[in-house]
Amino acid sequence: MAIKQISIFVENKEGKLVTITDSIAKAGIDIRAMSVADTQDFGIFRLIVTDPEKAKEALESSGCFVSITKVVGVSIPDEPGSLAKIVKILARYNINIEYMYAFITVSKKFASVVLRVADNDAAEKILTENGIQLLEEKDIAAM
Amino acid sequence: MQKKYYQPEAETMPVENIQKIQDEKLVKQVKYVYDNVKYYRDLMDEKGVKPEDIRGTEDLHKLPFLKKDDLREAYPYGLLATDIKNCVRIQSTSGTTGKRVVAFYTQNDVDMWEECCARAVVAAGGTEDDVCQVCYGYGLFTGGAGLHGGSHKVGCLTLPMSSGNTDRQIQFMMDLNSTILCCTPSYAAYIGESLKEKGYRPEDNKLKAGIFGAEPWTEEMRRDIEKSLGIKAYDIYGLTELSGPGVSFECEEQSGMHINEDHFIAEIIDPDTGEVLPVGSKGELVFTSLDKEAFPLIRYRTRDICVLSREKCSCGRTFIRMTKPLGRSDDMMIIRGVNVFPSQIEAVLLNCGYAPNYQIIVDRVNNTDTFDINVEMKEDDFSDTPKVITNKEKQLQDAMKAMLGINPKVHLVAPKSITRSEGKAVRVIDNRKRLGINV
Repeated sequence: MAIKQISIFVENKEGKLVTITDSIAKAGIDIRAMSVADTQDFGIFRLIVTDPEKAKEALESSGCFVSITKVVGVSIPDEPGSLAKIVKILARYNINIEYMYAFITVSKKFASVVLRVADNDAAEKILTENGIQLLEEKDIAAM
Repeated sequence: MQKKYYQPEAETMPVENIQKIQDEKLVKQVKYVYDNVKYYRDLMDEKGVKPEDIRGTEDLHKLPFLKKDDLREAYPYGLLATDIKNCVRIQSTSGTTGKRVVAFYTQNDVDMWEECCARAVVAAGGTEDDVCQVCYGYGLFTGGAGLHGGSHKVGCLTLPMSSGNTDRQIQFMMDLNSTILCCTPSYAAYIGESLKEKGYRPEDNKLKAGIFGAEPWTEEMRRDIEKSLGIKAYDIYGLTELSGPGVSFECEEQSGMHINEDHFIAEIIDPDTGEVLPVGSKGELVFTSLDKEAFPLIRYRTRDICVLSREKCSCGRTFIRMTKPLGRSDDMMIIRGVNVFPSQIEAVLLNCGYAPNYQIIVDRVNNTDTFDINVEMKEDDFSDTPKVITNKEKQLQDAMKAMLGINPKVHLVAPKSITRSEGKAVRVIDNRKRLGINV
C-alpha cells in the first residue's frame, strides 16, 4: 500500500533547485508534499508527486540523481492530538520514525502526513488496526 | 615436478656475474641503439657521449634519459631499432595519461618477455601440473599476452579468459580446477567477493596462488585477497615500453620484487636533478634494456618512485629487489608534509568498489593544508537519508587514512558531476599555488 517518494540529491550549488523544480514543472507534475534534509555539503530533496515515475524520468533527463523510496502516507483529522495519536501508536510498537513531513494541500477536515519507517508493512498494519486511514498512490493523484 | 626457479643459472647467479653480464650487454646495447635509432643518437650527440665512452655500467650515468614524452614524440616508429620485417608483435599502453605509446617486438623480444613472466609463474609455485587462469585483458594491453606466454612456457594448462564476465570466470575456475589466478588486484578482490556472494567458501576453490599487477595495491588489499580466495598473492611489475609484466616479480618471501637483471639495469635517481642515488634511497626508477632488438630503451624514466634493495633474499635469487611503486614522480603532492600520489587514492577507490572518478582539492587555510577528495558516488550510495551517504564517506575516509597516513575529507558527489576535459577528469586542484606556495 505504501506510497512512492522521490528523493533528489542536491549539491550545495546555486541553480540546483531551479533545475529540479523546472523539470518537474515542465513535465506537468504536481508536488503534493515536500521536505529537505541537509548537511554541510549536500541536501536531499524529497517529494511526493502526482506521477513519481514520470517525475523521475524528467529529473534524470535533466541530469539529476534520483531514487525512489516507499514511505507510509496517512490521513488524519485536522484537529489537536491527531499527530500525537499516530506517534504514540508507533512508539508503543517500537516502530522508529526516521523522519516525517506534512502534505502541502490540506482539506478542511483532514491533514496528510508522510512517515519514513524501517518496515512499511509493519507500520501500516499497526496503523490500520488502530483505525488510522492510509493513503494510496491513487489518493495522491486525485488530491 | 616442483621447480624452484624457471632459469636457475640466471636467477641465482652470483652478484659479480650479474655485474659482468650487465657490463658486457650494456656496451653492445648502447652501440646497437646508437647505430640504429636516430632519435637516441641525436640525444647522445647533443650530450657529447659516444658509444665508445660506455665501457660498462659505471658509465651508465653519462647517457641521456628517455622520458615518456620522448616515446610520444617518436611515435610510432621513431625509436624502432630494426626493420619492420623483423618485428612480429605490437603492444600498446592504455593511453590513460595521454597519447598512446606503441612498443615493437621481434621473436627474440617476445621470448625474453615470456621467459621473464615464466620466472614469475614458477616463483608463485607454478608447474606443468597447474591450471593457470589468465584474466588480464588480452589484446594491445600486455597483461594478458605476457602472463599467457609465461604460463605456456612453464607448461601450465592455460585458460585465456581475458577480463570481465565474472560469472564465467567463476564457472571455469570451479569446473576446471584453476590453481593460479592472474589478473589485476582489484579484479581479484572482486572475484573473491563474487565467490562469497555465490556461497563459496575460500576452501571450495583449488586456487593456490595469484599473480597480480598492473595497478597500485596495498598490503592490506593483499591480505584481503589472500583471505577471500584462500591463496598466496604475488606482485608482478612491468611496463609496456620495456616489454610488459615480468620486468620484476615477487618470490615466496613477498618482500619486494626481483628485477630480471640479466635483461634490465635498474637505477634510482632524484626525479628533480636526475642525479643517481645509492641503492636503498627512495627515488625514481630508471630502466635500461640489455637484450631488446626492436624497441630497446636506454635510461628510461618510469616515473615510478620506489626503493631498491640488494639484501640477500632467502629464496636464493640474487636479483636486486624493488619495493612496490610508492607512486608517480610527476604527480606527487606534499600535503601536511606527507607524500601523496593520486595513484594511491585511485587504488583505495578501486579497492572500495568505486570507479576512479575523483578530484583532489588542496588548499591552505590558517597555515594548515586542507585536503578534500570529491568522489562520484555509486547508484546504491544514494537513498532518501543523508546518513547513508555520510556513512559511506566515513568508510572511504578511513580507507584513505590507512593508505595515505593522513586524513582527507571525502565528499561523495553526484555521478558524472566531476568536470571532465577531453574525456579525462582534472584530478588535482592545488589552490596553494594561488597563494604563491611552491608545491
